[in-house]
Amino acid sequence: MGDIFTAASVTSSGRPVLVENEVECNLLSNVDLEPEDGTANSFVTLKSGVLILTTHRLLWLSSAKAVGIPLSSITHIFSSKRSIKSVFHSPRFRFQVSAAVITVVVRGKGDWEVFLTKLWECWRARAWEETTTSVVVSRESTSSGSGVGSGSGGFYGSDGSVRMVGVAGILRKEQQLWESTDKSLQDAFQDLNALMNKAKEMVLLAEKMRQKLLSTSNSTNQDEMGSKEEMQDWLLSVGIASPVTKESAGALYHQQLSSQLADFVRIPLERAGGMISLIDIYCLFNRARGTELISPEDLFQACSLWEKFDVPVMLRKFDSGVMVIQNKAHSDEEVFARLRTLVAKPEALRTGISASDAAMTLGIAPAMAKEHLLTAESKGFLCRDISPDGFRFYVNLFPEISPNDLYLVKDHGIYGAWIRAASVSG
Amino acid sequence: MQRLGDFKLPAFFNYPPYFTLQPVRETREKQVQLWKELILDYCRTQKIFVIGLEEEFPLFSNLVIERSLSNEAREAFLSALVSEGRAEWLDKGHRKCLILWHRIQDWADLILSFVKENGLEDSVMTVEEIRSGIESRGTELQGMDRTVLMRALKVLENKGKLAIFKGTSADDEGVKFSI
Repeated sequence: MGDIFTAASVTSSGRPVLVENEVECNLLSNVDLEPEDGTANSFVTLKSGVLILTTHRLLWLSSAKAVGIPLSSITHIFSSKRSIKSVFHSPRFRFQVSAAVITVVVRGKGDWEVFLTKLWECWRARAWEETTTSVVVSRESTSSGSGVGSGSGGFYGSDGSVRMVGVAGILRKEQQLWESTDKSLQDAFQDLNALMNKAKEMVLLAEKMRQKLLSTSNSTNQDEMGSKEEMQDWLLSVGIASPVTKESAGALYHQQLSSQLADFVRIPLERAGGMISLIDIYCLFNRARGTELISPEDLFQACSLWEKFDVPVMLRKFDSGVMVIQNKAHSDEEVFARLRTLVAKPEALRTGISASDAAMTLGIAPAMAKEHLLTAESKGFLCRDISPDGFRFYVNLFPEISPNDLYLVKDHGIYGAWIRAASVSG
Repeated sequence: MQRLGDFKLPAFFNYPPYFTLQPVRETREKQVQLWKELILDYCRTQKIFVIGLEEEFPLFSNLVIERSLSNEAREAFLSALVSEGRAEWLDKGHRKCLILWHRIQDWADLILSFVKENGLEDSVMTVEEIRSGIESRGTELQGMDRTVLMRALKVLENKGKLAIFKGTSADDEGVKFSI
């Protein structure tokens, strides 16, 4: 069995981890893999998993197991026979891997004929060979870019061109890069199909630029470092190399999208402090997807599906209707603690805080800050003040005031602190 | 300490959220309670019996912090007093509110002790005399609202403590005590 299958790694939310330049093409649910009777290298039948076709591999995933078959090891794909029997059977097709023949039994509803066609296409396209060459090319270009001042060879490269030396070299390299980028962009925008074909290249380009920035950052001054780091961030956010699309996932579209989204939001969530609005994620996610944009409705569907799966993130709806994505581990307590410190400052005691004040302290968007303030209010930590000046929040003094003696002020406690702060201004 | 005339205001009167109707139940309950106490206190010391929602009421605005209660908030606080029996709406539109810092029963008791203290157990008085006569000067009965007084007298009449009789005009209704 070890001969036929290779182990395939999956992400925490059950999405396959793809190798460089590998793109998902199609997907069938509820698929069995059976060994052909009488062939050598027999294996135990794999029951009801998801079969994913990528440009490089066939991946079979179930909750317990994940295996892959490199397309390069497939020696033959049998054309499916049509017989009376096949009317009553679940659809099936066969292919040969070295000496073993594997039968794919499709019990789910997916369009297996399309899948088979795609399998043929991918098998013939031999994408795994392209990868090897392009990686070699990109390595060469990086090494010549980073070879500045490294003393490897003279002024001339092996092909006779002038090597890049010093600042001028960097500038020239930069210009060359720009020219080629420009060309790529022009090609890419000729029409949408061309853009789709170019997508992979663009991601590669982004990666290359990042590499180059990394390698040259030593030789530039500190001022530029900040902007370069930012540039790197931008470039990093360019690519999901293999976005889940309706075409590739079919009926399982939302489910797969949901898993991919769960993997994707991890990093933006961390940066945003554990909570991020749905709108922000929509923008980030679609930018990362590049051309295969999803609709807001699809995003919402994908997020709603998280409830059913074991993922570390969740969709949360505030009372006001604002929806956000947050880590399951994210706790409101921490936010409240920071809000409480904020409102207890003398200035805030006197004038209260607005959503934008809270946003600055918490380092989040004002809309989100307002949600936190409203939640804190509903828990009784804060209370509101609506005036012509606007909507502000104050620390809640009401519990400390005695209704039996309206003039009683305890020395300790926030009520006393508030009176002292308020009298300073008065 | 801030004052309204000779009335000493509590510290929280300058707390801006005090003037915004709080939406959270627990907070609002406490806010309403504090408003009820303050309104009763203020009315008792200032001898105010009727609060009109559309009229200026000193307690409902704070010029120092530039806040004032919305009509909704005013009605909410007065309604809370009404539901406790410490106030009554004088009209269906809830535009005027009678504040009872003493309940009608308490007023009746006050009248009784006033009568006893002045040795008027079997005397006859006009209603107007009870409100503004020499005997009532310096007591809580002085200047009390006529409607409230009539209601308190009715309570006592029902208990057989006095009889109300009509004079020649509505202004001089008389009371015959028989305690």
